[in-house]
Amino acid sequence: MNELLLVVTIAGERVAIPAAAVESVVELDTLIAVPRAAPHVAGLSALRSRVLTVIDCKRSLELGTSDCSDGIREAAVVEFDGHHYALIVDLVEDVIEALSEPSPVRAAMEPGWERVSKGMVDSESGPLLLVDVAALIAGTAEAKAA
Amino acid sequence: MDDLIADFVAECREMLEALGGEIVAWEAEPDDRARLDSIFRFVHTVKGNCGFFEFPRLEALSHAAEDALADVRAGRRHADGQLVSAVLAIIDRIGEMIAAIEAGEEMPGGDDSALIDALAPGADGPAAPIVLAAEGQSRSSSAPRTIRLSVELLDRVMSTVSDMVLARNELARRLRENPTDVAVDGAFERLSGIIADMRDAITRTRMQRIENLFVGLPRMVRDLTAELGKQVLVDIEGGDVELDREMIEMIRDPLTHIIRNAVDHGIEKPAERLKAGKREIGILSVSARQSGNQILIDIHDDGRGIDGKKLVAKALDAGFLEKDDAAKLSHREQLALIFEAGLSTAREVTSISGRGVGMDVVRSNIERIGGIVEVDSRLGEGTRMTLRVPLTLTIIPALTLSIAGQNFAIPRSAIEEIVRANGESVTLEHVGGAGVATIRGRRVPEVSLAEILGLDSGIDEKDGTLIVLRPAGGDLYALTVDRIHDHEELVVKPAAPAVMATGLYAGTTLADDGSPILLLDPAGIAQVGGVKLEMQERSARIAENPAASIAASTEVLLFRALDGSRRALRLAVVDRIEEIPIRAVKQAAGQLRVQVGDAILPLAGASGAELGDDKVRLFRLSDGVHEIGYAFAEVIDFATIDNDVIHSERPGEVNGVSLINGEPAELVDAHWLFANHVGAAARNAAQMVCRLPSDDPWMQNMLRPIVEAAGYRVIGDADDENADLVIAAQGTAVSSEASRQTIWLRTELEAAGKKDESIYRYDRAGLLMALKSAHAGRGK
Repeated sequence: MNELLLVVTIAGERVAIPAAAVESVVELDTLIAVPRAAPHVAGLSALRSRVLTVIDCKRSLELGTSDCSDGIREAAVVEFDGHHYALIVDLVEDVIEALSEPSPVRAAMEPGWERVSKGMVDSESGPLLLVDVAALIAGTAEAKAA
Repeated sequence: MDDLIADFVAECREMLEALGGEIVAWEAEPDDRARLDSIFRFVHTVKGNCGFFEFPRLEALSHAAEDALADVRAGRRHADGQLVSAVLAIIDRIGEMIAAIEAGEEMPGGDDSALIDALAPGADGPAAPIVLAAEGQSRSSSAPRTIRLSVELLDRVMSTVSDMVLARNELARRLRENPTDVAVDGAFERLSGIIADMRDAITRTRMQRIENLFVGLPRMVRDLTAELGKQVLVDIEGGDVELDREMIEMIRDPLTHIIRNAVDHGIEKPAERLKAGKREIGILSVSARQSGNQILIDIHDDGRGIDGKKLVAKALDAGFLEKDDAAKLSHREQLALIFEAGLSTAREVTSISGRGVGMDVVRSNIERIGGIVEVDSRLGEGTRMTLRVPLTLTIIPALTLSIAGQNFAIPRSAIEEIVRANGESVTLEHVGGAGVATIRGRRVPEVSLAEILGLDSGIDEKDGTLIVLRPAGGDLYALTVDRIHDHEELVVKPAAPAVMATGLYAGTTLADDGSPILLLDPAGIAQVGGVKLEMQERSARIAENPAASIAASTEVLLFRALDGSRRALRLAVVDRIEEIPIRAVKQAAGQLRVQVGDAILPLAGASGAELGDDKVRLFRLSDGVHEIGYAFAEVIDFATIDNDVIHSERPGEVNGVSLINGEPAELVDAHWLFANHVGAAARNAAQMVCRLPSDDPWMQNMLRPIVEAAGYRVIGDADDENADLVIAAQGTAVSSEASRQTIWLRTELEAAGKKDESIYRYDRAGLLMALKSAHAGRGK
């Protein structure tokens, strides 16, 4: 069986996240800031008595900052290394089936995308960039250093 | 001990049950290696444990079986039917004895030698074991019913209960939001109570007696002493104290390390001990006790103790410490140096300790679980190490607080006290940009949480609340927060790495309203906030010196400076007040000078301020030799300093602030004024130290300002610091080695004789001369 992909929009770009990594898709309402944390850490939120560390994907990709001021945001909840994260995305579209194995992207991408890329996969709705969740969570190199 | 036996019995029973099938299988197939191994393991374990307890018969039996089986394993002997039966007979006998031990009965009678003999190659069949076994079966077990659980399962239950508590909290919030039936509330209350009970019970399942940690110590010490040629008696107390299982594991290594150190470096060789007048046998006592929500573990040895001076020398060599700082360390601070990384007093590296990974690792391990290590030692008498650790890791009592509308929590174990910033006994000052809080005479560094977190608190610092914290490691500081809310028991979970990377947080938790709360890490905040914990302890001590002797208050002249600030000058240095026409003030020879009568005085207090149009008022300050003018706007009052003086970090015109008549006032440093305005002649490279008797009011009130104006830092008798000069009343005793020079003061005008070198106490000129020559004497 082919891998299932969750298609989301980040910074206006349709990309795919391995659906196996995604626990659920939620709408976040409260967001508690984490002062002094790396910039792509948008804050903390709670889901069913679990603390989620909210990652601003746009910021992690160095493509600007998601507007977190207005109420509800869509996010994909993933578990990584024993911690739960909510990845803020513009829009969650659908779960589709991958029609190919990821293949390297040979064109030059923006550095942020380059960093999180796991390759390109074909789908019914055309080629999609497969995003590495761990790299999104890790954030930029400077955030790692800090 | 009873517990250990119960453990032993439980373990044996378990193994016997598991062996049941194996034995039969082995009988059918004596060559089966795996079965042989598991049976061997059983008798081996029994033998090992019997050596520990006193069960000679069990030991003899298991030993014989082990020997025979070892031969088979080594291929020296073939497992024939006769051997199998003999071994089985022994296992049955062991089972029988264990049942007897469990029931607390006498050992079944009978001689085991027949069974043991049956093991010998070529012996006859075993002597009727079956009958005995049947007897054993007939007794019902009366031991407490226990089962063994995997730790993972327990952890899962624990975390589920934690989640349940959180779910309960959320439900509580929803119920509050939507007023419901009283019956629903009642049912909910009951549920809450049950959940609380359950959490308590589950917490207890994680508890283990600390005995488990202590039980291996005598053996370890025995091995160590054998290797080192020492004699040590281990005295263990408080094994029944219970501690979180995880905590016990975390303490194991640090404790082992401390004990190794105590035996290796602490306790001397027998000959040395005899020479020092001690008993040949060293005593190492390890004790545990519960104190509030902490467990205290004391490790005390009566060995040679820790040489603080040697530590200081090492620290100087290694560059941890500046020479100046080193001289000021108190005994306790010297000892605390052993926790510095890479510092070891071991003269030589032995196989046991002194390998560079030392007490610093112990401290960091203990601090990681929210504990504290303390050390106390007397040279030649022994050393005491105290570990303080919290009872449990996951549920911690915490205080919730808020800053800029956001809630945070802080572990209550680190909190010393909570005071209002505008409280009566509290003053909050800024010195060189750094906050200093004085709370009932105790000065501690102050850190604003809003500043650290980069939040805008919107509340004036003075309206906030100060939380005095003692983070792991031991030094106080005050944290300013907007307000504090409530005491809560929080279920803390580790935060994601990206959050932990800030170094400010210890974890996350959920509040009653279901929103996440960050748990602050007191030690991390201190670090990020730039509170130098080790350094601070040293400087706080120095600051205490004047505080200790200031009890007899100091008279000051309170005035408003030209720039509008409220300042104070010690009355003693003010000769008189003059009013001078503005034209008498001139910039001359590199600085402002003022003409008063026939004299031209350097003018201070006027820099960067408007002097006014026609007249300027100034203090004439005198140090007995030189005079300075100090311009001011108006005199406010005479006052006394009865609050602590908070000293500024850098020397300057103002050397500190203090609360005078309820408002802060800057203290003008007359010494600095003279040093800078009169010229290099009065300048000192380093401040000299003068000891004055702290209980003599005349010395403190009258003499002290003069001594201080002459450039000395005054300390009291209680301070164990070396003084350059001691001033004492004639006829009192002064320990001679404490100082290089002593000035004796007499109350009579006339000297008692030619040899009397004392100075009449109102002979100001004579005094100043003596002070000056003491100053000069230092340069030699």
